[in-house]
Amino acid sequence: MTRKIRLALLTSTLLAGPALAETTLTIESWRNDDLTIWQDTIIPAFEAQHPDIKVVFAPSAPAEYNAVLNSKLAAGSAGDLITCRPFDASLELYNQGHLADLSDLAAMANFSPVAKSAWQTDDGSATFCVPMASVIHGFIYNADAFEQLGLSVPTTRDEFFAVLDKIKEDGTYIPMAMGTNDQWEAATMGYQNIGPNYWKGEEGRLALIKGEQKLTDEPWVAPFRELARWKDYLGDGFEAQTYPDSQNLFTLGRAAIYPAGSWEIAGFNAQADFKMGAFPPPVGAAGDTCYISDHTDIAIGLNAKSPNAEAAKVFLEWVGSPEFAALYANALPGFFSLNSTPVEMSDPLAQEFVSWRQKCQSTIRSTYQILSRGTPNLENETWNAAANVIRGAETPEAAAARLQAGLASWYEPQK
Amino acid sequence: MASRKPVRWHIAVFLAPAVLVYTSLMIIPLFGTLAQSLFNKDAAGERVFVGLANFARLFGDALWSDAFWNALANNTWFFVIHMLVQNPIGIALAAILSTPRLRMAAFYRTAIFIPTILSFVIVGFVWKLILSPIWGIAPGLLDLVGLKSLFQPWLGKEETALTTLALVSVWQFVGIPMMLIYAALLSIPDEVIEAAEMDGITGWSQFWKIKLPLILPSIGIISILTFVGNFNAFDLIYVAQGALAGPNFSTDILGTFLYRTFFGFQLQLGDPYMGSAIAGSMFGIILIGVCLYLFGIQTRLRRYQF
Repeated sequence: MTRKIRLALLTSTLLAGPALAETTLTIESWRNDDLTIWQDTIIPAFEAQHPDIKVVFAPSAPAEYNAVLNSKLAAGSAGDLITCRPFDASLELYNQGHLADLSDLAAMANFSPVAKSAWQTDDGSATFCVPMASVIHGFIYNADAFEQLGLSVPTTRDEFFAVLDKIKEDGTYIPMAMGTNDQWEAATMGYQNIGPNYWKGEEGRLALIKGEQKLTDEPWVAPFRELARWKDYLGDGFEAQTYPDSQNLFTLGRAAIYPAGSWEIAGFNAQADFKMGAFPPPVGAAGDTCYISDHTDIAIGLNAKSPNAEAAKVFLEWVGSPEFAALYANALPGFFSLNSTPVEMSDPLAQEFVSWRQKCQSTIRSTYQILSRGTPNLENETWNAAANVIRGAETPEAAAARLQAGLASWYEPQK
Repeated sequence: MASRKPVRWHIAVFLAPAVLVYTSLMIIPLFGTLAQSLFNKDAAGERVFVGLANFARLFGDALWSDAFWNALANNTWFFVIHMLVQNPIGIALAAILSTPRLRMAAFYRTAIFIPTILSFVIVGFVWKLILSPIWGIAPGLLDLVGLKSLFQPWLGKEETALTTLALVSVWQFVGIPMMLIYAALLSIPDEVIEAAEMDGITGWSQFWKIKLPLILPSIGIISILTFVGNFNAFDLIYVAQGALAGPNFSTDILGTFLYRTFFGFQLQLGDPYMGSAIAGSMFGIILIGVCLYLFGIQTRLRRYQF
């Protein structure tokens, strides 16, 4: 029966000729915020060059994406193009044969080894996703509020807390907009944001992977200690404050500082009607080297079982081109292109974030590569630990000891 | 020649749709899941039979068992709240509704039942907004009566989050026991009530001595429905607190624990084998609970024929 249908379909395609030889590619993604940008800017630009290929952007909710995608891939109903999470989530998909090897894509030459590292096998022999963008952590502040209160942008930790004290004393603004209800902000915009300054970026991250440092060592506990101090500067009832609550508090001008990821820029530009600025996580003493989390966050790969692999590869080559890089980086300020060709960005806030790449050392989130492979999952545990520390439900030392015990239970170099 | 008993095809024909649908959608997946819980992956990623090793890990390895017992304890508390709050309120509402002198009974009945037909997503979001310390109307309302100091971010505190969510669920589902009891109360024949009145039993004592014993079987059914519903619950917690069931897993129930394990969450990859083991345990818990009820309680309930 299926064969008959296939045959019928085949004949009809042959008969219909080029007019109907149009392929439709479906993109799986967790970036549902970007739906309009893909539909209005990115896809039309591609389709204009390739009228025979139609692209559909079909995102699902960020928190559900991995689960939804895994089920769809297992059931064989996933789209042709898969937006790739960095490191193990995608590596596992590749190992299971769900993602195709893209190493020989011509566009891969446009990316540095660091950019590709998040979507490669451990030995670097195969690359299975085309890198799209990274996100940078830092703090976005309400520049009008800073001016009104006569505050200057803090560069050291002492200055940072002095600024927070002043905002709190004045009382007009909530010093910092963050809640612990959704947990991930505490880990991502908290721990991973300020942490690299303590563990010296890549140096500490790689030492942790090699087993030379432990999560109970000072550089890994100290960020928790700083997080514990944040508690006094968060809004009333921050325990039940969700991520969208925090975003709204800041864009409505009720909070002065927002621990951020650069992905917020587009949304904040649209929502906030005050001037915004950004500063990197403050360092210990003036003149110290600063470290930022410049996290390789998003890439796009090919579903190994896609019937439209040829068309999908055409699309992926385009995604790897400087043209896409410029289009994407400007349509979505805050998602910084990983393409080796420098991209001109017009958004001042995005320019500020990306300028830190020149003066600070870049690293990626410490929990993403290799360390979240086992059970318990270090990244998810870190969410919980960071939220607990901010709420004051767990001491920094106890949280770190718990994370270390969990990691050591399955990760050989840490035993 | 006496006619042979004809083959009664129509029975099979009429049963077939239900049997087929139920078998393919419920029975096969159920046994598939139970079977899967006996497998796991070996080092090479191949599916191998491991016997009860998944269960040994679930109950023996502190990493898993702590989470499991925490979820089970939370789930039990969730159920206790429903039994102590939802069902008594439901019965009381039904008793009040069935008083003949109550005006606008139809309106109350509908109003109380409406939340039951709302989606979990709506209920979760509405209550999250109501209770939000930032935009919610709860702090404002408490302020109006001078009790602002009582307000807390209930959903964000370990001590209160689960109870708050259980009460939200009670609010949503109180209409179900109310309707069932209401129907049971209406089906009590007037002669019985009249006879009671002749004997001078009226008002509350009539409710306690005549009506309550007659609706006990319905209360039993409601209890078991509540039990099964609560131990399969997932949606409300997921909508309100996310799959990590914060704060600090204080609202984690078996459903969210299963979801996280089976489908994975964020960087944690799904583990269908351990997930099936949890699903199997949930099935066992519900089965034991239902059996206890069926053989321990229902057989002892006295039924009255009218």
